[in-house]
Order: sequence, then C-alpha cells, then structure tokens
Amino acid sequence: MKLQKATYCALYSVLELARDPEVQLSATDIAEKYNISANHLAKVLRDLGRAGLVESVRGAGGGYRFSGNLKRTTLYDVIHLFEDVGGENERNRDAQADTDIGNALNLVLTEIDEIAIATLGSVTIGTLLKTMRWRTEREQREAQNA
Amino acid sequence: MAFRKETQIDGAVCVIRDADEKDLASVTDLHAYNTGQHKPDYWNETYHRYGDSNEGFFYVCEIDGTFAGFIIGEIRAWEFGSEPCGWVYTIGVNPEVRLKQVGTRLFETVSEQFSKAGVGQIRTMLHRKDNLNLSFFRSQGMMGGPYIELEMPLD
Repeated sequence: MKLQKATYCALYSVLELARDPEVQLSATDIAEKYNISANHLAKVLRDLGRAGLVESVRGAGGGYRFSGNLKRTTLYDVIHLFEDVGGENERNRDAQADTDIGNALNLVLTEIDEIAIATLGSVTIGTLLKTMRWRTEREQREAQNA
Repeated sequence: MAFRKETQIDGAVCVIRDADEKDLASVTDLHAYNTGQHKPDYWNETYHRYGDSNEGFFYVCEIDGTFAGFIIGEIRAWEFGSEPCGWVYTIGVNPEVRLKQVGTRLFETVSEQFSKAGVGQIRTMLHRKDNLNLSFFRSQGMMGGPYIELEMPLD
C-alpha cells in the first residue's frame, strides 16, 4: 500500500506530536526530522488543525501540539483526511461494475480494501506509539542478552 | 488446583479466577448484551468444554466482587506449517468498566498461561468490522499474522 506525500506528512506530524502531547514543535522541527518541505508541511498542519488533531500555540516557544484523543484517533482517521482509502467510487471507476468480469474483480478488490480499512481503523495513535516502545525495549533486551 | 490472582485496579480489588458454574448467567448476559445473542445452552456447553476440564482456560474477572468480564483460551494445534499456538477463543468486558484495564488483565493472564504451556504465539480471529475488539487486541500488541481466513457458503 502506497500513501501520498501529504498523508505521510500528516502521519509523521501527528505521531511526532502525540509522542509527547506536552511538547510543542514547529513545522520546521518536524520538516527537518523527516526531510520534507516545511511549506508543504505547514499546509498539512493547517488541515490537521481544522480536523482537531493538532493545535497551534502562539508566542515564544510556540508551535504545534497534539490535540486529538490518543486512545480514539486511528491511523485511518488521519489518512482519510488526505486520501480515499479503498473508496467505492474510485474502485467503480477502475473496473466496470456492469460487466461480469468487472463485478468479479470488484469483489476481490473490495476484499482488499475492507482489510486495509479494518487494519488502519483499528490501530490508534496510542497503540502505534505503545508498540513502538515495546519493540524498542525488546530490541534492547535482545541486544543485552546477545 | 483452581487459578486465582488478585491485583489492584484504581484502588479496587481485581480478582481473576477460574470460572465456575455460578458465573454462567453473568457470562451469558454479558455476551447477550455485547452481541445481541442470548445463548445459554452454548455457554453451558462451552463451560463444560473449557471451564471444568483441562481443554483450555476459562477465567472471569471480578472488580470488588462484581463480575466484570471473562476470557476463554486454549492451546490449538495447526496444520499448514504452523506450530501449536495459544488461541483466544473469546473475551467479554462489561461496558461499564471498559477502559479500566479489565480486558488487559484478562489477556495478560491467559497469555501467561500460554507461555507456561510452552507456546510462542497467541492468535485470535475477529470480524473485520468488529472495530472494538480489533482495537483492543491491537492495543495489546497483536498484529495481522501470516495466515489468512478463507470461507465460502455451502449451498
């Protein structure tokens, strides 16, 4: 599965900010870390702000911080703001649903889409950050035992 | 010997223990509440298969003495190249105590028993639109595995 550039920018921003909801980061901080355009990122952050996932903090040391719900916001919620994940409209354009072959192809493609949506819709931001920490801790334990 | 583990959740006493026959009404009611399906005969059979035999693990959780949830698991042998694994047959948590670690404690308990039994993987199967349970199991660290469920109608 390949995501659009704006979607990656959104996921990097949300996850980086949600890693520590007390911390404020500027668009430049995030852009430099992930080697992406600060201008492009600024637009993405505005979209995330409108969706209530980040908020901007004015003044000295200002920037952006995570304002979503770690236990409720899923990867799908973020991705869906920027692109269609397995959208039926797009799929209908791909295969002619009024033909038997198009219909059969749509069944298979719908299966894939539904699995993608179920996967992305069941991984919350909190879960992804937690499993990242667990993976790091496991790797450290394995390195110590090696 | 009957299993019983006592811990604390937010100052309340959390007991996880082997299910007994007296829990069946609570399990049946909770399952009916969560799924809309009232199946006392099914739960009676399930109890006799897992709860009062050595076929698997059937635990209930009580918070301050009140029924809060249950979990059932078993060790399953597999074909198609898989080693035996720990299988979570089902889990249910009273909606009034959701997000209070009841599911996590039950899952951890059954995982410990699987580890003690010598298996290295834990698996379960859910409907892909069951977002509540999918999110719960993912929050425990579970991910999509290498096996894919396939099915077809027999008509």
